[in-house]
Amino acid sequence: MKVVEWLFALLQMAVFVAAAPLFSAWIKRVKCWLQNRRSPPLNQPYKDLRRLFSKQVLLAHTASALFRTAPYLVFGATVIAAAVVPLIALELPTARIADAIVLVGLFGLGRFFLALAGLDVGTSFGGMGASREMTVGALAEPAMLMVIFALAMVAGSTNLSTVIQSMLAQGLALRPSLLFALLALLLVGIAETGRVPVDNPATHLELTMIHEAMILEYTGRQLALMEWAAQLKLMIYGVLVCNLFFPWGIAQTLDVASLLIAGVLLCIKLIILGAVLAVAESLIAKMRFFKAPVFLAVAFTLALVGMLSFVMLESAS
Amino acid sequence: MTRYLELQLVEQAIITLAAMILVTSFALLGQSRVVATIRTFAWQGWLLALTTALVAWDIGHPHLYVSALLTAILKGALIPWLLTRQARQLGILRDVDSIVRPGITLLIASALVVFCYSVALPIGQLVEGVTRDVVAISLANVMLGMFMLVIRRKAVTQVVGFMALENGIFFAAVAATQGMPMVVELGVAFDVLVAVVLFGVIFFHIRESIESLDVDALNRLSEGEK
Repeated sequence: MKVVEWLFALLQMAVFVAAAPLFSAWIKRVKCWLQNRRSPPLNQPYKDLRRLFSKQVLLAHTASALFRTAPYLVFGATVIAAAVVPLIALELPTARIADAIVLVGLFGLGRFFLALAGLDVGTSFGGMGASREMTVGALAEPAMLMVIFALAMVAGSTNLSTVIQSMLAQGLALRPSLLFALLALLLVGIAETGRVPVDNPATHLELTMIHEAMILEYTGRQLALMEWAAQLKLMIYGVLVCNLFFPWGIAQTLDVASLLIAGVLLCIKLIILGAVLAVAESLIAKMRFFKAPVFLAVAFTLALVGMLSFVMLESAS
Repeated sequence: MTRYLELQLVEQAIITLAAMILVTSFALLGQSRVVATIRTFAWQGWLLALTTALVAWDIGHPHLYVSALLTAILKGALIPWLLTRQARQLGILRDVDSIVRPGITLLIASALVVFCYSVALPIGQLVEGVTRDVVAISLANVMLGMFMLVIRRKAVTQVVGFMALENGIFFAAVAATQGMPMVVELGVAFDVLVAVVLFGVIFFHIRESIESLDVDALNRLSEGEK
């Protein structure tokens, strides 16, 4: 049974990694519909990745070994993070590798090497992007940890699988702590994955870009890995929002029927979440970079109030 | 923890709304634009009215419906409208009353909430029913309103802080003693209304004498020094 569990965990991780570009493509498609444009086909990100993988890698003269290894480290850290997050089944051996705090650490590791790679070549765009990324990250991480602490207080554990199980066990309940944690996680996710009010993922032509500025010097398969890692990070946040706050339907046993149901339900949840994200991105204009700290302070406050309201309102005996 | 899950949906809604009122108090502290501050205050009024109505339904006190209605009309609609009109007449509706140190302000506000929680613990023991835990939140609203009075520099936003403080007191009355006697409540409601009208007059006087609504300017004695 142990071997089967491990095999399934690896399979789930592979599905996670493989589905990530699809989720980005879906968000792009809804945005195109909203803007009355013809959308690219849903397999466009896969075609892009294949094209990039088959292209020659060009390196700047000033690039060091760090610049060449950073894409693999960033992608690797993000894949491990994806392995830790329960996708359609609970109680897998990979869920026991790490808890939510380590998940934040893995994102931090990826961000560290991403920023270093941005600085490495010595272009001004790379340095600006790295500086902005670290500014956003330094403010987003405490907010993310506050969300995790609020969840951990409700569930009594920081392990994602255990948290989801306690959410399932409590059934439908209106809890202020979870409500505010959800709102805060949405805001943090938007900031961390570089979506619209904080960063614009669709353009290389803005002086205010963050993520694109750091990977501007990458080509070929290294660029492919960096872009894939970014898509995977977006998918991880989407799955976190779906599975932590709306876990109904996730498979608790490893039989075919429950796994199928879990997969279909997760697809529906992600489709809805992606559509909501696309609508929000179409309605909101990108804000000035100096407004980003305010945005993240709101997320931090919401998570903090979530934690406080658990202590003050929900824990009395 | 199991106890919270045993509550009825209405009671869970009351507690969630109470937490949302706390969030609006934080938002009031963080808003820098005058118009956004007034709008947040209106939201707080509506949430307060909704919470009062739900409490009335939960414990079956019909007179609380009247309080809820009064709150909705006065604090949700009339007072924000009056304040917006006065601000527009003074030409300061779009002005910015910036917060000096947002991070420290936020931390002090959170510390105030924790302080209120520890203070309100023994009070909560005396209260029966679902609103027992809400007493701490209402006290925190009072403190946050007072804190807003301290840190704001524009007269209009200070008045909003004062009104938020009054919201907290009203909320405490609803939470701790299921509302005040009707006579007191009506009296307070109209006092608040009159206060807003009077504040409006005072705004004009302040601006006539110091040509600004920045109350920091009141610290200096201008007659001789200029």
